[in-house]
Amino acid sequence: MKVYADNAATTKMSKTAIKAMLPYFDGCYANSSSLHTPGQLAKDALASARADIAATLNCKPNEIYFTSGGSESDNQAIISAAAVGERKGKKHIISSAIEHHAVLHTLDKLKKRGFEITLLPVHENGIVRPEDLKAALRDDTALVTIMFANNEIGTIQPIAELGKICRSHGVLFHTDAVQAVGHVNIDIPSLNIDMLSLSAHKFHGPKGVGALYVRTGVALTNLIDGGAQERGKRAGTENIPAIVGMAAALKECAAKIDATAKKLVPLRERLIDGLLGIPHTALNGDRTERLPNNVNVCFEGIEGESLLLMLDGCGVYASSGSACTSGSLDPSHVLLAIGRPHDVAHGSLRLTFAEDATAEQIDYIIEQTEKVVAYLRNMSPVWKDLTEGKKNYVIQ
Amino acid sequence: MLYSEKVMDHFMHPRNVGVIENADGVGEVGNVKCGDIMKIYLKIENDVITDVKFNTFGCGSAIASSSMATEMIKGKPIAEALTLTNKAVVEALEGLPAHKLHCSVLAEEAVKAAVKDYYDRNGIDYDKSLFPDAPCCTHCG
Repeated sequence: MKVYADNAATTKMSKTAIKAMLPYFDGCYANSSSLHTPGQLAKDALASARADIAATLNCKPNEIYFTSGGSESDNQAIISAAAVGERKGKKHIISSAIEHHAVLHTLDKLKKRGFEITLLPVHENGIVRPEDLKAALRDDTALVTIMFANNEIGTIQPIAELGKICRSHGVLFHTDAVQAVGHVNIDIPSLNIDMLSLSAHKFHGPKGVGALYVRTGVALTNLIDGGAQERGKRAGTENIPAIVGMAAALKECAAKIDATAKKLVPLRERLIDGLLGIPHTALNGDRTERLPNNVNVCFEGIEGESLLLMLDGCGVYASSGSACTSGSLDPSHVLLAIGRPHDVAHGSLRLTFAEDATAEQIDYIIEQTEKVVAYLRNMSPVWKDLTEGKKNYVIQ
Repeated sequence: MLYSEKVMDHFMHPRNVGVIENADGVGEVGNVKCGDIMKIYLKIENDVITDVKFNTFGCGSAIASSSMATEMIKGKPIAEALTLTNKAVVEALEGLPAHKLHCSVLAEEAVKAAVKDYYDRNGIDYDKSLFPDAPCCTHCG
């Protein structure tokens, strides 16, 4: 059996999206900035995609800016809010300890420019507490940026409450919703979100395209200068096939969010129960306030990469933390933030699904994981010390 | 692919996994912060390594490096085992990714630590400069 369980890294493109894109490669291929008829047809396609995306988020089409993906959207949102803040002498930004590196590294850059950054803790369940945000807000806070759902442990943040607090304090609120859009219902106005980042390939759209929602009245700073595309805020000829594909994929995903969740939540629970049956294993992140397709666990006494490679050999394609950090030797900053010690954080496994997941696949994953964990523990000196009582178990 | 065929072979089918009860020398190196711990057990008769086993907590290249290093010293005189370098382990594995080279360093250090333990236990005099103090790689925090 082969099971792709790495949908938080990227998803398979939807057939609907591929079909929607095809005419824009060799038929309607004109530049949407051109005045001729083909150019105007391309412009219409762009407008229609913008309207479809806006409709799923309940915002205005002209509040959607197309970008190259989640990282660019995050960068532009944060840099823009920092520029607005700086003009008013506000140089404090609040974020969380479990953000994606697209956010954290942008904040690091601002720190070097004299901004003060407060990273809110997420406690052992991987969720930011609204009271922590309230306590961290200052008169000079320019921006609060907190992700909608975490890419590693899938925890869903209390965005409505956080948004309300920010709005009542008059502070801009950005959310990196890359893992959430297309997976959970998002109604922007009722959540008091000022800026929101999304990425097409996380909801069965193409790679290399995303969008940034920016509430009317919030000033954007260009990251890319040039032509007047995207109302002058993001230069470069629009990637129309990708944008059309993104809109088609989102429309399709959004229409069945509830049905998909209804199907995936029981499978997620089945997998969590099965994996927790392996001794000294713990679930990372809150059990209920998490994405319907995300399971993330730590196995004591083993290391994640060898686990992934062995599972790969069994046809289970999973991930250890975030794929973006696989070149690094450090354990996941998210797992450290929820209080996992280094040795335990190294032994993590993330399994993320799409709506085509089946109970048979879940059972196969549990069976293979049990075998691989036992095998690796058998050759682990750490496990030996634990079983001989020379070291105490961290996970009971 | 991330790893060479040789690395994958030694990872998927590691040689000499296990523990030697009443070993003549045991060396443990690495730390959990790096995510790699290697423990090597030696059986020594007449200055020859007659048996060797390992236990490793770590990534694919750490397990493959342990497996390869134990293969390379098995049946060899101690003096020869001490000449094993991380470079030789990497070459035998047909290469390791740059950020995984420290695994081969750990393998070299684990062998040396096990021999040092054998010398210490038996009160055998040795050239201290051959055994650097740091029992861990310095490539990570």
